[in-house]
Amino acid sequence: MAKNEIKYLTAIKQEKPKKKFCRFKKYGIKYVDYKDVEFLKKFINEQGKMLPRRLSGNSLKYQRKVADAVKKSRQMALLPYVTDLLK
Amino acid sequence: MNNYELMVIFTPVLSEEDFKSAQKKYQDFIKENGGDTVASNPWGLKSLAYPIDKKTTGIYWILEFTGPATINEKLKIQFLRDEQIMRHMITRLDKNAVEYNHIKRNGGFPVHKAIEA
Repeated sequence: MAKNEIKYLTAIKQEKPKKKFCRFKKYGIKYVDYKDVEFLKKFINEQGKMLPRRLSGNSLKYQRKVADAVKKSRQMALLPYVTDLLK
Repeated sequence: MNNYELMVIFTPVLSEEDFKSAQKKYQDFIKENGGDTVASNPWGLKSLAYPIDKKTTGIYWILEFTGPATINEKLKIQFLRDEQIMRHMITRLDKNAVEYNHIKRNGGFPVHKAIEA
């Protein structure tokens, strides 16, 4: 009986979480346009707050570009600063 | 000669020809100061995401132009003086941005279409 065989009460969760990828690298997008509201909405939640990297899956370089673009579009009233049920 | 992109929000009470004359006025102003306009793209009346000085709609105008770095300061003074303008923003465009705008103008983006579709 292998010493380190661990017995689980419940089955181990088989399905692996979907591998996150940086869409900017994958699709080769170089510039995040602050006027493109539909595209920016993918990176903010219902309250209009920006999603962190661990949820959006972006690499650091493009997360900063997205943050910059979101702030610009908020400044020009394309995106609200705070709201509810934005989507 | 840097590439800049200007976005301006006019008050919604502006009439059509005032809007056109304002556009022309600023484009000539840029020409005088040694810049030239690449593309002008008026969006027209659009509702704002949050009210700006008690108004919930505004007339958007986007102008892409090139010019020396000193032009922005003069432009800013003009915008602050002009009370028809609620808000303005000048952003500097790097080469990716210029290429993006160029592609966006003549023909769409296959990839973006896939994402947005």
